[in-house]
Amino acid sequence: MSLKDSVNNAYSSWMTGTGPDNDVVISSRVRAARNLSHFAFPHMLDDDKAQEVIHAVSLALENRGADCKPGKLEINNMIELSPEDRQILVDKHLISNDLLKDHGRKAVVLSEDEAISIMLNEEDHLRIQCILPGMQLESSWLQVNNIDDELEKTLDYAFSEKFGYLTACPTNVGTGLRCSVMVHLPALVFTEQIKKVLPSISKLGLTVRGLYGEGTEPVGNLFQISNQVTLGHSEEEIVQNLVSVTKQLLDQERTAREALYDDRKEYMEDKIGRSYGILKNSRIISFNEVMSRLSDLRLGIDLKIIKDVSPQLVNELIVLTRQAFLNKEAGKELSVFERDVKRANIIREKL
Amino acid sequence: MLCERCQKKEATVFYTEIINGQKKQLNLCEECAKELHSQGFDFMPQLNFHNFLGSILGHNISNFTKTSLGANKCEVCGLSEEEFAQKGLLGCGNCYENFGNTLDSLVRSIHGTNIHNGKVPEKTSDRVKYKKEIESLRSQLKQAVAKEQYENAAKIRDSIKEIEKRLEQEG
Repeated sequence: MSLKDSVNNAYSSWMTGTGPDNDVVISSRVRAARNLSHFAFPHMLDDDKAQEVIHAVSLALENRGADCKPGKLEINNMIELSPEDRQILVDKHLISNDLLKDHGRKAVVLSEDEAISIMLNEEDHLRIQCILPGMQLESSWLQVNNIDDELEKTLDYAFSEKFGYLTACPTNVGTGLRCSVMVHLPALVFTEQIKKVLPSISKLGLTVRGLYGEGTEPVGNLFQISNQVTLGHSEEEIVQNLVSVTKQLLDQERTAREALYDDRKEYMEDKIGRSYGILKNSRIISFNEVMSRLSDLRLGIDLKIIKDVSPQLVNELIVLTRQAFLNKEAGKELSVFERDVKRANIIREKL
Repeated sequence: MLCERCQKKEATVFYTEIINGQKKQLNLCEECAKELHSQGFDFMPQLNFHNFLGSILGHNISNFTKTSLGANKCEVCGLSEEEFAQKGLLGCGNCYENFGNTLDSLVRSIHGTNIHNGKVPEKTSDRVKYKKEIESLRSQLKQAVAKEQYENAAKIRDSIKEIEKRLEQEG
């Protein structure tokens, strides 16, 4: 799939709704920050130097062995994409918001299945990312590690014996590793247990954020949990810490779901059924309402109350109903009202 | 006053953000405010993380090198400590060396440590790898002894000796 296909399609392989523990864990992501040793960090580079960084990485990608996985990786300059297309890549969690700023000097590498993406000249020269469906942090790390090994054969990384991989921001130094899981916790939110759970998570060196990263409010009962500290622990330890905390969260969420369904069966079926009804029949709907209705729908699928909708469709609808995709579909900048109408149309069509 | 965003409607929502003493004001109409809010734009003043980091360092600097402020620059990329305090981003890999103690204590306050314990690039000399391996084996040895797993401890001790020998041979 070329980048052009990617931005025309809301689907990305992490959205399949498959993978281990997919009733709670939507996706797992690992990202490693790397810098080249003979260049200043991206924010200090002039445009020519920034292009040299992109060129050096493209050479390293060409040097990868023929049997390397994933196959051929190509660089796409951000400037070649329209603003909507760039935003769609953000909405699909393939690049960060930072790559939209000053986009003339930034680029992205995407694998065919979109599991691997490498951002170039973001805050660091390289940000190697792997995103997989369900609870697959270990294999995400293995894939990132493999690509890192291959690139390292050609590239000279900025590395210090003491501090490890050197990064523009000292909060990423060391392993340069940020692991995160996106979890759907409707029952913990509904029973208000989440208020006790979240503070205890932050005591374990982890951070909780909303769906679209730093500074965003949680919507649709979706939370992103990631490691805070990148120095002093091995990559495996960082991954394992997040895995074990996520497993506990998973158990608590499942227990809460069972208890809710046992105690308040009619109430749950009613809530889920109503949300499904609204999604199928509304003519005007805001993004925030969609997110909370889709959360109910997803819970209904997991509780086997709703059987004719796939988890994949729910994940796709989250991206399809965001501003960038709606504008792209319409071929123009829509007003808030026009968007709410268009959004309702798309959902009715898909359901 | 017209809304700054659409330039069409009267602004009725006034949003003020103060970061590090810098005041930013945003005057919006109700519709634009609603829209920004639905896109996750938070109407609570947000703490910009990089500024925050910088200000911690800035505080360190003012205590540390008040007399030579501005003179302390990275020799390689030219970034001054003052600029780092503003941006919260270092200029190049060499800054880590060149900003010495100030940075060292900052790294320690962020991560609780200042020693990398993870992956080492293949290309970096084997020496680094051996040293790291020995460190990790030593901590395993301590654990084994603490758990009274003496057989295991003996094995670990032997591996440490072997690596130390290799280190010496390669000098």
